[in-house]
Amino acid sequence: MPRHKAAVAVFAALALAGCTTDKPAATSQPAAPAASASQSAQGSGTGAQSKFFVQADFDAQLAMRSQTPQGPTDKPWEQAIAPQMTDTAKYKKDGPYHLCFSNAAVNNPWRQVGWKTMQAEAGLHKEISKFTALDAEGKDDKQISDIAELQAKGCDALIISPNTTATLTPAVTAACEKVPVIVFDRGVETDCPVTFIKPIGGYAFGADAAEFLVEKVPAGGKVLALRILPGVDVLETRWSAAKVVFDKSKVQVVGVEFTDGDAAKTKSIVSDYIQRHGKIDGVWMDAGATAVAAIEAFEDAGLPVPPINGEDQQDFLQKWKDANLTAVAPTYPTYQWRTPIIAALKILKGEEVPKAWNLPQPKVTAENLSTYLKPNMPPLHYALCGCEDLPGFPETWGGKKS
Amino acid sequence: MKRALPILAVLVVLLAAIAVANPYFLEPAGFLAFLKRAAPLVILAAGQYFVIVSGEFDLSVGSLVTAEVVIAARLIDGEESATWPVIALLIVIGLLVGLVNGVVTTKLRVPSFIVTLGMLLILSGAVFLWTGGAPRGALSEGFRTFGRGGLGPIPWSVLILLAVGAAAIWLMRADFGKTLMATGDNERAAALSGVRVDRAKIFAFMLSGLAAAVAGILLGGFAGVSAQVGQGLEFSAITAVVLGGVVLGGGRGSVLAAMAGAFTLEALFTLLNLYGISGALEFTVQGVIIIAAVAAGAIRLPWKFTPRKGDAHAAS
Repeated sequence: MPRHKAAVAVFAALALAGCTTDKPAATSQPAAPAASASQSAQGSGTGAQSKFFVQADFDAQLAMRSQTPQGPTDKPWEQAIAPQMTDTAKYKKDGPYHLCFSNAAVNNPWRQVGWKTMQAEAGLHKEISKFTALDAEGKDDKQISDIAELQAKGCDALIISPNTTATLTPAVTAACEKVPVIVFDRGVETDCPVTFIKPIGGYAFGADAAEFLVEKVPAGGKVLALRILPGVDVLETRWSAAKVVFDKSKVQVVGVEFTDGDAAKTKSIVSDYIQRHGKIDGVWMDAGATAVAAIEAFEDAGLPVPPINGEDQQDFLQKWKDANLTAVAPTYPTYQWRTPIIAALKILKGEEVPKAWNLPQPKVTAENLSTYLKPNMPPLHYALCGCEDLPGFPETWGGKKS
Repeated sequence: MKRALPILAVLVVLLAAIAVANPYFLEPAGFLAFLKRAAPLVILAAGQYFVIVSGEFDLSVGSLVTAEVVIAARLIDGEESATWPVIALLIVIGLLVGLVNGVVTTKLRVPSFIVTLGMLLILSGAVFLWTGGAPRGALSEGFRTFGRGGLGPIPWSVLILLAVGAAAIWLMRADFGKTLMATGDNERAAALSGVRVDRAKIFAFMLSGLAAAVAGILLGGFAGVSAQVGQGLEFSAITAVVLGGVVLGGGRGSVLAAMAGAFTLEALFTLLNLYGISGALEFTVQGVIIIAAVAAGAIRLPWKFTPRKGDAHAAS
C-alpha cells in the first residue's frame, strides 16, 4: 500500500472508530477538567455553582432526610416521605393487567440490580398477566420510539425510567394522554405522570457524603472530589450540594476531576493528586462504583486511606470492613425499582398514590455496615436492593446460597 | 538505537519537566510508579509496532484489552486456583484474535484497518452483550498481583515490561525482524525475493494480540474489573508508535523508538495532569501528534540522515 494512502486510511479509521467509542460528555467539556487548576487558587476550590442547582429543591431534600416516612418500616420501597396523595379513580379497571416498561438502559451494575428486582416484583402479582419491557440501550431516540411503540401494545399502565430529562419530556407528555404513566429514577419536566417515584435525591446524597468529610477531615485538610461526568441532573445535584457544604467548611477542595466512572483512570488521578500534594485528607465521590480503585491508590502509595465516601456496592462495603476505613456510603437505593410495579397496581385498582413519591434514602454508616454487607453477593451488587425476600434470591442477583 | 535518539531526547526533556513540577518523581518509588502506569501502553505500543512496520494497522487492541479483563473476571470469579489457567486462556485468546486479524488481512485481502475496525466493533459488542455493560465476577488476588504487587520494590509490571522489551528488540534483530521490515518496505519486492510476506504479517498481528493480552492482565491487575478499561487505547498505541518516528505505511522505524514513544506519551499525560490540565486535552494532543508525525514524514529534508523508503534500493 502506498504510504500516503495508508495515512489517509488510518485517519479515516481513527475518525470512524472515534465516533463509536468516545464518550463526548466526558471528553469534550474543556471547562470542567480545567476547573481544578484555575479554581484551586480561590477560596475553597469548588468552582462555580452548577446551572442545575435549585435552592428550593436543595432545602426540601435536606429537610426530607430527617422526616419520618409513612408506611411499613420493613418495606422502605412502599414508604413515602410527606406524601401528597392524588386520586386515581378514573384509571380504575378490572384485571388482569398488561403492564409496560420503557427502560433507559441496563448499562451499569446499579441498573442491572434494579431491573432484576423489578422483574421479580412483577412476578409476585398474579393479576399482572403480561409485563412488556423495552430497553432503550441508553439512547434517547430509541426510548422515544419505544414509548410510542408501547402505547400501541394495549398497555394498561406505562412505567418509564427516562434516559435524559429534557429530551424525553415530550414523549412522556404524549403518553400521558393515552395511558396512566409512572415515572421513576430520573425525572421529566412535566407533572403529567400520575406519580413520580424517586429516593430523596441527589442533593441529599451529595450533602450526606460532604457533611461526613467535613466532620472527619481536619480544618485546612485537602479534599479531592471525583465525579463521573458532567451534565446529568442526578449527578450535578450531588456535586452542587457537596459544593454548598464544602464552601461553608474549613476544608480545602484541591481538585474536582471527572473519572468517566473508569477504575484505571480513577486510580491514576488519585495517584497523581497524592504525588502532587504529598497527601490527600479526604475523598468525595458522586458515585461509589470506583471507590475501591481510589482506595487502592492510597494503599499502593503506602499511605493510610483518608476518610472517603462510596456507595452501597458490595466491593466497597467489603473493603471498608476489611481495612477498617473511616467511610460513609450514601445510597440511591435500587429497591426503588419495586415501587413502580406496586404503584401501577394501586392506580389500576383506583387506590390513591402520592403525586411525588419520595422514598427514604438511608445511608450506610460504620454502625450499620454489617447489616448491609452480604458475603455471598457479587462485588458489583448493590446492598439496598430490597430483594432479599423475593423469589430467586440470591442466585438471580448473582449471589451464592450460603 | 540511533533512530530512537530524537524521541529519547524529547522523553528526557519531559521527564525533567515532571521532576521540576513534582520532586517526588525523582525518588525511586515515584519513578517506579510512573513506569508501572506506563507499562501496559508501552507493551501495547511494541505490539502495534510489529503490525505498523509490516505496513498494516491494528485498531482492535483497545477492545481486546477490555474483553480480556471482562473474561478474566467472569472466569476467575474470585477463585485463586483459577488464576493461572485463566491467564493461559487470555494469552490464547489474544493470539487467536491476532491470527484472525492477520489471516483475513492477508488471505482475504481485506485492508487491515477495515478488518481490525470490524474486530473492534465485534469485541466491544460481544463484551456488552455478555455483560450488559456491567462486568460480573471478580479477579483473584493472584491475578491482581501482576498489576499491583512487586518483587521487593520493583513492580511486577516493570519486570514484565523489561522482558517484553528485550524480546521485542531480539525479535527485530533476528531474521523475523528483517523479513518484517522488508515486507513493510516493499511487499512485492520482498515476496519476489522469497520472503513469506503473509506469514510475517500474520505473525505480526499475533504479536499485537499477545501484547494486548499482557496489557489486559496488567491493567486488570492495576485497577480491577471495568468494562471501559481499554477504551481509546488503540489510539494511544498508534500515537505512541508514530511519536517514536515509525512510519505509517511500514518499512521504517525501530521498536525501541516505538516504546520510547509510549513512555513519552505517558510522560506528556502525567505532565498535563500535574499542571491541572487533563481529560479533554489528551485526545487533542494525540490527534496533533499523529498529524504532525505523518506530515513530518512526508517532508523531504535536504540534509537527510537516513535514506527514505525507495532511496535505499536506488543506493544499494
